[in-house]
This record gives sequence, C-alpha cells and structure tokens, in this order.
Amino acid sequence: MKVQIDAGCCQGHGRCYDLAPGLFGDDDEGYGMVLGDGTVPPGDEHDARLAAANCPEHAIVLAGES
Amino acid sequence: MAADNRFTHGHWARRDGRSAGTRSEIVTGPVSDWATDFSHLDPAWVADPYPIQDDLRQRCPIAHTQRFGGAWLPTRYQDIAAIAYDTELFSSRAIILSNFRPPRDLAPAGGSPPITSDPPFHREARKLLLPAFTKTAVSKQEPATTELCHSLIDALQGQDVIDAARDYAQHIPMRVIADILGFPPEDGPQFRKFVKNTLEGIDLPPEQRVTRMSALFYYLLGQVQDHVSNPRDDLTSYLINAELGGRKLDPSHIVGTMALLLIAGIDTTWSAIGAALWHLAKTPEDRRRLVADPGLLPTAIEEFLRAYAPVTMARLVKQDMHWRGASMTADDWILLSYPAANRDPAQFDRAAEVVIDREVNRHAAFGLGIHRCLGSHLARMELRVALGVWLERFPEFTLADPAAVTWAAGQVRGPRALPLRVLAASRGG
Repeated sequence: MKVQIDAGCCQGHGRCYDLAPGLFGDDDEGYGMVLGDGTVPPGDEHDARLAAANCPEHAIVLAGES
Repeated sequence: MAADNRFTHGHWARRDGRSAGTRSEIVTGPVSDWATDFSHLDPAWVADPYPIQDDLRQRCPIAHTQRFGGAWLPTRYQDIAAIAYDTELFSSRAIILSNFRPPRDLAPAGGSPPITSDPPFHREARKLLLPAFTKTAVSKQEPATTELCHSLIDALQGQDVIDAARDYAQHIPMRVIADILGFPPEDGPQFRKFVKNTLEGIDLPPEQRVTRMSALFYYLLGQVQDHVSNPRDDLTSYLINAELGGRKLDPSHIVGTMALLLIAGIDTTWSAIGAALWHLAKTPEDRRRLVADPGLLPTAIEEFLRAYAPVTMARLVKQDMHWRGASMTADDWILLSYPAANRDPAQFDRAAEVVIDREVNRHAAFGLGIHRCLGSHLARMELRVALGVWLERFPEFTLADPAAVTWAAGQVRGPRALPLRVLAASRGG
C-alpha cells in the first residue's frame, strides 16, 4: 500500500500528520507531506486508512488497496 | 530608511472617500416560519439551534429569510460544502451576516484579509500568515498555555461553583493571541468587548455598530503605532514589515488582519472549550472515561468540534442565479452553518449523538476549502491543554444550575455563563 496527497485538495487541516505521524509530516505552511516515497510499512495500514478517512478535503489517496 | 508614515492620522483621513456599501431594513421580532423567515438571532436558535436545523434539513433543505436584506440557510452537508468550495459564485467579501453589505469594490481583499478575501488575492494574503500558525509553530505556545491554565485554576481554588466560561475558558485564547500579536496581556477585558461588539448586536442601528467598531480600529492602530516605534518579535511587527508583490502591506490590510486574528482567535476557542466542559459536566460517563484515559482526549476533541462546532460563516451571492432549487439574488447572504453540516445524518452515523471515541470524523468545524481556519492547529492545542488541565485538576464536576447556562448569539456559539459545581479538586503539579 502507498499513500499520496492530492496537493490540489489539501488545505492544511493536518489530520493526516496528527493521526499517522509515521506516514505524514507538514511543510512550512502546514500543508501535509508524504514522508519518504509513501510506501506504508507493514503494520501501518490502519494508520493510513484512518488518515484517509479523516481528511475533510478527501485529499489522501490510498494506492494498492487490496 | 524613510519613516514609516502609513499609520499617521493624515493617511487614514484620506481614506474616507471609499464607496459606502448598502444598508437593509432592520427586521426583529420572533420567527414566524423557520423555512421562510429564519433568524439566527432568535432566542430559540440561540438556546438550541440543532432541532431547528434538523427539521429544516428534512423539509426544506435551504431556508430563506427576508431579514438582513435577504439570506439563505443551507442545512445539508453537501450544499454547505459546495458553497464553501465555490468561490466563483459565492464571495467572502463579508463573512458576518448583518444589515450592512460592504461595497463591492472592497473585493477581492475585503476588510479583514484573508478571511474576507476572494481569489486570487486570498492566496497571497493567506500565505503571509500560514507559517506562524503551523502545528510546529503553535507548539511553542504550549508550555506557556499549560502554565496559564494551571494558574487560572490555582486562582479558583476554594470555590464550590466556578463559572468555567467567564473565569477559565475565555482567558486562555485571550492570553495566547495577545502573546502572538504582542499586545499587553492586561488588555484582555477590552478584547472581550471588541469580540462582543463585532459578533453580537448585529441588529443594532448601523451608526451604533460603526461607533463600536471604531473602538477596535483605534485600539489596533495604537498597537501598530507602538510597534512601529518599538519593533519586536511578534506577529504585529511581522505584518508591518511584510510585503505583498514587492510592496509593504496597505495599512487597512494590516489592521484588518489584526482585527481578524484578535476576534477569530478569541471567541471561537473560548466557545469550543466551554461547550466541551458543558458536555462533560452533564455527561458523567464521558467525563469519567476521559479522566481514566486522557489518551482519548484528542479523539474526543474532534467529536466536540463536530457536535458543538462554534463557527458559522457567511458568504455573499455574486450574481442572480438558481442554485439547487433556490432563486438567489446578487448580494443575498448565505449563512454557512458548519454546525448544521456536522450534524447531517447523510454524512455522519449517529449524527445527533456525541460519540467521544468516534474514529472516522470528517467534520467541517474548521471549514472546507481555501478558507480552512488559519488557527485550527492553535485551537486544537489550546483545547487539548485547557481540557487536559481542567480534567486533571477538577476530575469531578457537574452543572451547578443548568438554567443559568447562557449561549452567545450570532455566528459563534458557545457558553458565555457556565456555572460548574466542582466536587473534588486535586492539587496541581
């Protein structure tokens, strides 16, 4: 599984880096950033789904969801 | 370096020529039908808006009123979100619904950038402020906020009944925003007056509103002049020196932004802290659970924000149009109720219940789209600290007198009197 942020949708609510700090961080204006290449390490899938499900702007894309 | 004369009296006096805006007839009195004559100032709405919103969502769902010169009230999440996202059809030129519409040439900046700004100006004005309000930046305020919360509670020791809105919640955002802007902390009581004058009493005669608003304006101008003479490391000095497109900011931009930060920074968080304490005072099972498991607090805070979202925004319709069944006229108001969106059962399971461990909570308390609340990370930090310290120091409390709880009228909703009976106090650390 991989996470991506649709930068056109992100408004910097910060739910992703609050809920899944291992997968997301913030830039110097508070917009969400994917850490590394976005590959979700085994065991972090729940965090990834939680972040996506709580983004008010629907800006988080989960790729490779099986 | 040339003297900064943007803030001298002569400069301001020359600004008086701008166009006047329009005033509408003030209509007061009880609401006859919520679908066709709504008023968010009606005592029934102020006391408990949620049943009214739920009813309208089922039977309307976009209510109208001829009050305030014409206004619409969407109540479904999908309509509220669509308006928040559509800056082509809906302008933010004014965001507090009243009987006065500012002149159209005030767009795209509006009176208090960036909340009153439309694209493309909005983006640049917002960009100036974003770095000061990131989660990382606001975390620097956390130790002082924690200390403040403990000292407020220290001062309340020995009282059986505490007004948690007046003597606790309101002081927290007041002090935090005064620190950020670099205003004297002892000016807090004046801020409360400014907040009330801006957000409440919107049915007062325009002349009276203008007089009240100019008190805020002159206060802010005094602070700016003081910062011009004595620059320091705070947001006021930052704004005075900031540039947009290679030019220093227009003085009305600076003062308008400071007004926004002062008003929006105080009333909203005060309301959110108070509403959460009100809920916990009347819901002992939730209170006990949070005392036993403080790790649940961030999740519970999101649920309090959903269920008791303090902020309703407003927009102005840009052109005559039919929009989702409503015949809108240019310059009609939209009352953009994020609280109503947050209780739409089409969007949330168990929408009317407060579920403090709700895992999926895509609420709109901080708005949606380009105007996402600039201070949302600050508000979350203040809520976490304020509620955490309160629960640590006063693990047991109840409403002292439910009938004595009063709620602010207008677009920011929260308790303004909240007498709590404190049953056991633990010593602070």
